[in-house]
Amino acid sequence: MENKEDRELYFYLKLTREFEDRVSKLHRQGKILGGVYSGRGQEAIVVGVCYGLRREDFIAPLHRDMGAFLVKGVDPNRLMAQLFGKKTGLSKGKDSFLHAGDLSRGVFGATSMLASTLPVAAGAALKFRMKKESHVAVAFFGEGASSRGDFHEALNFAGIHKLPVLFVCENNFYAYSTPQNMQMAVEDVAIRAEGYGFKGAVCSGNDLHAVMKTAHAAVERAREGEGPTLIECKTYRYHGHSEHDQPFYRPQNELIEWESRDPIQRFEIYLEKKGYNVDQMKADTEREVKAITDEAVRFAEESPWPEGKEAIEDLYANPF
Amino acid sequence: MPTTYIKAIHDAMFEEMKRDENVFVLGEDVGILGGAFKATEGFLQEFGPERVIDTPIAESLIVGAAIGAAVLGMRPIAEMQFADFISCAYDQIINMAGTLRYRHGGGAQVPIVIRGPSGAGVHGGLFHSQNPESYFLSVPGLKIVAPATAYDAKGLLKASIRDNDPVLFFEHKYLYRRIQEELPEEDYIVPLGQAALRREGSEMTFITYSAMVHPSLAAAERLEKEDGLSVEVIDLRSLRPLDWDAVFRSVRKTSKVVIIHEDRRTGGIGGEISARLSEECFESLDGPIMRVTSEDTHYAFSPPLEEFILPNVDKIVAKARTLAAY
Repeated sequence: MENKEDRELYFYLKLTREFEDRVSKLHRQGKILGGVYSGRGQEAIVVGVCYGLRREDFIAPLHRDMGAFLVKGVDPNRLMAQLFGKKTGLSKGKDSFLHAGDLSRGVFGATSMLASTLPVAAGAALKFRMKKESHVAVAFFGEGASSRGDFHEALNFAGIHKLPVLFVCENNFYAYSTPQNMQMAVEDVAIRAEGYGFKGAVCSGNDLHAVMKTAHAAVERAREGEGPTLIECKTYRYHGHSEHDQPFYRPQNELIEWESRDPIQRFEIYLEKKGYNVDQMKADTEREVKAITDEAVRFAEESPWPEGKEAIEDLYANPF
Repeated sequence: MPTTYIKAIHDAMFEEMKRDENVFVLGEDVGILGGAFKATEGFLQEFGPERVIDTPIAESLIVGAAIGAAVLGMRPIAEMQFADFISCAYDQIINMAGTLRYRHGGGAQVPIVIRGPSGAGVHGGLFHSQNPESYFLSVPGLKIVAPATAYDAKGLLKASIRDNDPVLFFEHKYLYRRIQEELPEEDYIVPLGQAALRREGSEMTFITYSAMVHPSLAAAERLEKEDGLSVEVIDLRSLRPLDWDAVFRSVRKTSKVVIIHEDRRTGGIGGEISARLSEECFESLDGPIMRVTSEDTHYAFSPPLEEFILPNVDKIVAKARTLAAY
């Protein structure tokens, strides 16, 4: 009999991949308009960091972090409807993809100005500090976003005040087409933590247990009042920057090499080593996540479009 | 004892922090120094470093952190030491705060106030004199306030702090210690989006706000005395929401209008007001809509240059006389 944690982790990894693969497929079929940014290959990071977080813990995912929404308990139906631009989506059709959040689940919606959520997460952590709450804030970002001033401003402030915040860099080596060596002159984003007076840690973003171990230790430290951590998870995106992007700029063998370190396969090997009936687990989980995804797609497709005039709603608390 | 404009701002924040423990201030030098203009003098001693946060020089962080705390129920007041520095926080204001409620489908709100000591006339030069309201006027989701009196500075700031949307509070530094008035002892607010009728008149309307209310009133008095011209003066007080009803009502009554603002002419709010008046009040107009604004240049430092750039009583009177001749 598998333990609950192993089962749940596997479920979230598979759900994230199923959900994203379906979104990619729907995009190819022309059913989803606008940009679609797959996190295929990076699932272990968001699942590993978010698993075990409290509902009150604040997370600011980036555009490739479908799994963060799912682990934090955002309704998959509303998430899918969001991508369809339907009225039942998180933003009620105001934007597509992951610019919406669900604060009732502690999920904050990002903008397309990458790294701009880092100061916001620092502010959320500041609130927890001020109210003496032992919650934590987590901001996800890519290595490309670490070039922006907001990265520096947020980490500097978090360091000064020892705020309960995790800065989680998903380093997939490419910012759209720009390789890491054109983005920064150092190998690891994590070493920058030293300049802000706190710890940085590097781990394999394709190894769920490595991510969990690193992140959960940082969460514990943050809850204890020991301040922020910069975590860098080395990973790789299988798809292009967006589904429109054919990543010809990457060497062929690179993808093949990284696919051999697939985070889900890697977890399945772990499950086998623990003596579980992995074939059975796989079949059961796939059936389960397919059913959830099918239902989400059905819900999204059957949901009504917003009415045109709703474009001027939700601007102010009391419209004028 | 009369209260200065800056003291009114100080008192509004102090009283709101006493009233609501979720209100706090953050910005550069707001703590031990008490603010570059003393707006937060004594706050650190009264409320402690947890609620009076001296930040690094990092405007994007100041606004971003305020947003993060605000979506979780706090009511931060973020100070830009000079309104000019707000450019460094532009992304956080327009993209992050401005869109936040909208892209959360109404499921999130950002009750922040960003105070910006704005305006010229104090020889501040290019980077300590700007009126940045027009940079933000076209951005939905934001509110913009610009008080002209100590009474309004206090009442509008309290209303802004209690408001559930992001408010840009452009206080005018020329007024900080130059104007003062007796304020009520008791708590009061001035609601956002309501213009004030500063002077009644029947033959011409001056539409203005912030520091320009004062030369506009002086010009109106001179025109009454020297030309027998009856001028009505409307102080907008908030630019978004803008009290269009009050503006239309006055223009329909007087048929002639001069818009006076210290912000530069091109792209300034005067152009928008003029366009709306053409659409809504064309049949009532008895002359072209006129503007008196700063010149389309940078706020130069040297006194003769600054004087040339800024509107003043003489310029307003001259423009009104040209219009009256129609």
